[in-house]
Formats: sequence, structure tokens, C-alpha cells
Amino acid sequence: MSELRNPLARAKGLGAAKDGVNHWWAQRVSAIALALLAPWFAVFAAGLIGADGETVRAAIARPWCASLLAAFVVALFWHARLGLQVVVEDYIHGWMELVLQLLIKFACALGAIVSLLAIGRIAFTA
Amino acid sequence: MATPKRPLSPFMIGPYYRPQITSMMSIAHRGTGVLIALGAFGLAWWLLAASLGGEAYAAFLACASSPLGKGALFLVSAALVYHFLNGIRHLLWDAGWGFELPKVYASGYTVLVLAVLLTAGLWWLALGGAA
Repeated sequence: MSELRNPLARAKGLGAAKDGVNHWWAQRVSAIALALLAPWFAVFAAGLIGADGETVRAAIARPWCASLLAAFVVALFWHARLGLQVVVEDYIHGWMELVLQLLIKFACALGAIVSLLAIGRIAFTA
Repeated sequence: MATPKRPLSPFMIGPYYRPQITSMMSIAHRGTGVLIALGAFGLAWWLLAASLGGEAYAAFLACASSPLGKGALFLVSAALVYHFLNGIRHLLWDAGWGFELPKVYASGYTVLVLAVLLTAGLWWLALGGAA
């Protein structure tokens, strides 16, 4: 039997949802970013356990720290959004799925924005 | 269409499937991922509190240093170490390396041992072991 799919659709390779391998690829790209950034963050955060507010602000305000921390929170919330989306897709169905999918997108976006503004406020007022 | 009440993954593990390191580490990767995602909001709170300073940071410190806060911090740190190590294992699989069963088992046990060691090392560092 001949191929029923339109050859153009097959060449584009986007599938029924029209986004192809975008989600899968973005999850890997953010994973590699986090694999590079997370060890730095773990050591950075471990060094600030029990520190007072002034010490924490001074540490975050250092240009390289502020930059790496900004990169880390963006990659972290991006990766979290993609991963939580898959978990909800797999286990939760019906109207709860829709509510949670929206909640995850909004909460992760807000988490990243709050973090970035906080880093900016610390870095620019130090 | 009638939908029979079939058991679905991950609820197959236990009554239908014998728990194996492969399946247990797979579901643990998801579980730790969800835990870290929750922890990410804790990180946002930490940064927000630090930027506000004063009472806001004192309130954060009070929560973080309570027994519940310390427990949560330890769990998220252990989850982060596990997810980081097992994530590298997943990336290597994506690249086509290590899919043979003996290698899957070897890398699995390696991740488990390293996760314990690195989590211990991280807390040794955090609690001033290097100072």
C-alpha cells in the first residue's frame, strides 16, 4: 500500500501537534545547560548556608555570580516547565489536566521573572 | 467506546511488575524532577527575600532553618544530585551510549553510589567542612 501521509507533511516532520521534536530537543538543550550550571550553583549555594542577608547579597551581586545565577534560574524554570508538562500529560486527564498545564506554565514563568528581577535588584543596587 | 479499567504505568510496578533498578530509577528521575521543580520556587523565594532584605530575609531564614525547612532543603539537594547524575545517564542514552543491559545496570548503580557520596560531600561543604 502506498504512503497515506502527504509527502510534504512527512518532509516537514512536524506531526499532528505541529511542533515536531521541539519539546524533546528543548528539554535536552536545557538539560545540558543545567548539567553545566548546576554544579556551580550547588557549590555557590552550599557556601551561603547559614549566611546573613548582607553576605548573600554581596555574593549574588558579583557580576559573574549574578550572570550565572540568572542563566541558572532561566534554564531551571524552562526545564521544570517542560518536565512537569510531560508528567501531567502522562498521569492526569480531563479538565484537571488543562488547569494544571496552564498553572505550570504561568507558575514557572512567574518564578523565572521573580528570580530575575530579584537578581537584578541585588546586582544593580549593590 | 468502552474503556476497560486497565492498570496504567507507573501503578504497574508492584502488583504486576517486579520492581527493578531500571524502572525504579526511571520513576525516581521523575519524582526527583517534580521535587526540584517545587524547590525552584523555594530558590525564587530565597532570591526575592534576599533582594528585599531586612524582615523578609529574616522570615525566610526562620523558615529555612526550622526542622521542616532543613529537611526540605536536604531532600531537594539530594534530589538535585540524583537528577543531575541520572540526567547525564539519560543524555548518554540519547547519544546512543550504554543501552546494553549490563551497561544500564552498571551506570544505574554508579549513579546511586555517586548520588550518596556527592550529597554527603555537598553537605560537608555547606556545614563548613572545608573551612
